[in-house]
Amino acid sequence: MEHIAIIGNGISGVTLARHIRKLSDKKITIISAESDYFFSRTALMYVYMGHMTFEHTQPYENWFWKKNSIELKKGYVHKIDTDNKTLHFNEGDTLVYDKLVIASGSKPNKFGWPGQDLNGVQGLYSKQDLENLEIYAPNNKVCKGAVIVGGGLIGIELAEMLNSRNIPVTFLVRESSFWNGVLPEGESQMINRHIKNHHIDLRLSTNLKEIISDHNGKVKSIIIEETGEELPCDFVGLTAGVTPNISFLKDSKIKINRGVLVNRFLETNIKDVYAIGDCAEQHEAIGNRRSIEAVWYTGRMMGETLAQTICDNRMEYKPGHWFNSAKFLDIEYQTYGWVHGKKGKPDYEAHFHWKHDDDTKCITIAYHRDTNQFLGINTFGIRMRHEVFDRWLTEKRDIDYVVEHLEDANFDPEFYKRFENEIKETYNNTLQTN
Amino acid sequence: MSLKLNYSMSLGNSYGLTKTQKVASAVGMLGLFILTLALFNVEFPNKTIALTLALSMLFAGVIWFSNSMYLSKSKGIKNDGVYFKSLSSKGLTGWLIGVALTLFYIVLYFYPEYLGLAQKGEENTGLVALFDPLSQLLSGRNASQWFVYGTLYTVAILVFGYKFILKYRHNRYEQIRTISVMFFQLAFAFLIPEFMYVMNSDLPYYDLKNVWPLNYYNFEQYRIKAFINAGNIGLAMLIFGIVSIFVITPILTYKYGKRWYCSWVCGCGALAETAGDSFRQLSDKSKFAWNVERWVIHSVLVFVVLMTTAVIHSYLGNDTSKYWLTKSSFLTGVGVLLTLVFAGTMIFKRKELAKDAKYGAIGYFIVIAVLFAMYFFSKDNTLFVFKSESLRKSYGFLIGSIFSGVIGTGFYPIFGSRVWCRFGCPMAAILGFQQRLFSKFRITTNGGQCISCGNCSTYCEMGIDVRAYAQKGENIVRSSCVGCGICSAVCPRGVLKLENDSMKGRINPNEILLGNDVDLMSLVNENR
Ligand SMILES: Cc1cc2nc3c(=O)[nH]c(=O)nc-3n(C[C@H](O)[C@H](O)[C@H](O)COP(=O)(O)OP(=O)(O)OC[C@H]3O[C@@H](n4cnc5c(N)ncnc54)[C@H](O)[C@@H]3O)c2cc1C
Ligand code: SF4
Ligand code: SF4
Repeated sequence: MEHIAIIGNGISGVTLARHIRKLSDKKITIISAESDYFFSRTALMYVYMGHMTFEHTQPYENWFWKKNSIELKKGYVHKIDTDNKTLHFNEGDTLVYDKLVIASGSKPNKFGWPGQDLNGVQGLYSKQDLENLEIYAPNNKVCKGAVIVGGGLIGIELAEMLNSRNIPVTFLVRESSFWNGVLPEGESQMINRHIKNHHIDLRLSTNLKEIISDHNGKVKSIIIEETGEELPCDFVGLTAGVTPNISFLKDSKIKINRGVLVNRFLETNIKDVYAIGDCAEQHEAIGNRRSIEAVWYTGRMMGETLAQTICDNRMEYKPGHWFNSAKFLDIEYQTYGWVHGKKGKPDYEAHFHWKHDDDTKCITIAYHRDTNQFLGINTFGIRMRHEVFDRWLTEKRDIDYVVEHLEDANFDPEFYKRFENEIKETYNNTLQTN
Repeated sequence: MSLKLNYSMSLGNSYGLTKTQKVASAVGMLGLFILTLALFNVEFPNKTIALTLALSMLFAGVIWFSNSMYLSKSKGIKNDGVYFKSLSSKGLTGWLIGVALTLFYIVLYFYPEYLGLAQKGEENTGLVALFDPLSQLLSGRNASQWFVYGTLYTVAILVFGYKFILKYRHNRYEQIRTISVMFFQLAFAFLIPEFMYVMNSDLPYYDLKNVWPLNYYNFEQYRIKAFINAGNIGLAMLIFGIVSIFVITPILTYKYGKRWYCSWVCGCGALAETAGDSFRQLSDKSKFAWNVERWVIHSVLVFVVLMTTAVIHSYLGNDTSKYWLTKSSFLTGVGVLLTLVFAGTMIFKRKELAKDAKYGAIGYFIVIAVLFAMYFFSKDNTLFVFKSESLRKSYGFLIGSIFSGVIGTGFYPIFGSRVWCRFGCPMAAILGFQQRLFSKFRITTNGGQCISCGNCSTYCEMGIDVRAYAQKGENIVRSSCVGCGICSAVCPRGVLKLENDSMKGRINPNEILLGNDVDLMSLVNENR
């Protein structure tokens, strides 16, 4: 029986294993150094905020793995010998595979700031990070103030988390407005205001210079690059993005760049070795996507696809239309297709923007300047239907059609106030003035 | 996990109550304290004032508390610290309240004299006497333990309903639904029966929204007699009771799912959603619990069908010339009806039932066998060796009192708020059966947006593992779903929507979710 070894028990590795099991009776081993069972990283924040326990983050009950004869191995792979198809573990033991899948995920970026390895300085990625948070920021007595460095999706989650325990948070963001590398200006500024309304001290265009230690090797304060100001704090969250977690591959023959390099079939340069999820890097980016996509559903989709290849139905990874979602404190965000912020916005892309008076809801529709073709939508505070936008993108609808039929895409709960008419009105008025 | 323990040690500062909230709690507690004093037979100089004071303090305390808890914060999901608070995470407070509630229910059902219920010919004392003025005001008679219970039950739904509405300030579905249950409790369960008594004191107590088999005693002989003796209005009520089972319920459930009843009308649901809201997350989500649920709830259903049939059977006559409905025509009718339902399901819906079909068949054949036995072997109201009366009594004791009251409500802080609705309620079983097979209702999953975070499953009071469906891009069509809408509310990615839409494509098992290669999707999803 062929033995498939998977390094990483995150969404990509686990999805792959589940699908291989559906298609075959190959032997499957999932390896992780992080946790005994698969859990949802995306839910770490809810454990810290007391919305759920860690057990709730595990999507499958513990009997699931045995029942589906998926073997789980806890251990850290420190060396891969692809010539002999052998994995070497920190603990000294080894494991022989027929096919190997690297699904080792990411790790938080650290940009060489002085003091970045002090106690009380950490990212938010792993289960261990969550446990350390409970040590260094369990409440506002132990942690009188926290600083978060890096204004992305994980940064804002960490801010919300600390805020939930009444720990004063200073949020350092390099950009001139929150996440405006991705979000158009109107949206980004609405989120700025929302963050400040939650009593989070948002500092835009602000960089970290260094982190200062106390006598015991624990963070005492940080210094801001621009002003030289020293902010006392007991906790520093480093959330300036993630990079593939592949340092253990350095001495192997597997070709890496920032991530593990793969072709469209998710194959590496070595036969029978594949990579999926956060750690995989496409030789060439697919469409507008990035060559490394560190999001939940792309990991899942790569797992779904690679299972076919491994079970003898070689299949290309062909993601459909881009979509994603996030939540900024109380405001939900969804996106379908491509809507660019200032940075990286192609010349042909034009925007229609509508914002509700209460400053918690807005949408931006991107369309082609010349053809009016609908390119994508960002929606804040209004839920939309994935299926409908996916179809409209495939059908290459124009923006008039999309605005006209917006109610078909609404996914808010029943009885919610609807805004389509207001949006249409704004749309018609904007067009006339244009 | 160790995290939780660590935290509860350092609890005091971040998740503790603010000063205002403490004072507000104290006001509410004082109201309860007055009631407790009454329970211990403290004589108040003026009962009306004491009762008014107690109830007002309960209202004021909870309303003030809720305002301070929610109005100062932004609109949104308010579950911070749920698993750090002793009350909502099976901590000491949770257990203490559980024990207190359980004891209260035991006394209420089995030892009402301790609450002060008058023994024959005497005056009420204690707690029951405290409620005499209110009962006099409404219906001109003295209170009973049930009046006390009904009042407290209604007060609980009203005050905690208010709290719930503030908690979900951003969610119109939750607000409107809660206003609905508050209205039905206050009007239908509490006020209307009292007024009906004033109008016609021969009428039996009838909460019109309480449909058989939840209202398992509705067709007992003494009630039927009372209905018939009360003339037209009584007859109308009896007919309404029957129409609500066979006409109103199926139509509404077809259009809206069982939620129209369980989360919009029902009193048990109302208490669970309001006073029980702090405990919804404690429901057991394991597959094991789901198996237990299906066995237990369907056994209760079989039990109540047989019990009701036996009871009605026992007081019908044999002579067709006296009354058209006789013992044998009644039994035949029940048998035919059940056979029609069973055959229809097996013919048209077999595929959707899958494995459950087997259990359905077992249940059906047991019922039919017993019907036959009744027909052939019962003499003088006995069924084999059981008297139908003792069947009724044991149902009333086991299911009506112990299950729905003592366990169902008393154990809120331990098993979660909908234990009765999930494991015990025969009404829920019937509605659920229809919801699963003949209803437009489903929870739609939003393509590939689910991030498997688990908020939905955690906060599903019915213990449904919502995530298991959502992360497969599959709609949720489960008989137990009461349509409370909380899974949709707490989902941080906007994945879930409760909807009534066409029956076609309602159940949509997917292996590959929307967003992936369209060829792969059709290869895997259509090849199944
Ligand atoms: C706080 C947070 C919130 C997020 N929220 C969202 C969101 O809302 N939406 C979204 O789309 N994405 C979100 N993400 C990103 C998403 O979680 C990741 O894209 C996804 O988890 C990646 O899955 P993966 O399977 O590729 O890797 P991972 O989940 O990282 O799994 C890799 C596993 O491999 C183990 N491993 C690595 N190397 C070795 C080794 N040498 N030996 C043994 N084990 C090893 C790791 O310890 C880890 O357990 C979030 C991430 C974080 C941290
Ligand atoms: S599935 Fe959702 S709507 Fe249904 S009972 Fe559970 S939480 Fe309520
Ligand atoms: S449906 Fe929503 S709440 Fe449930 S697991 Fe998915 S993202 Fe989380």
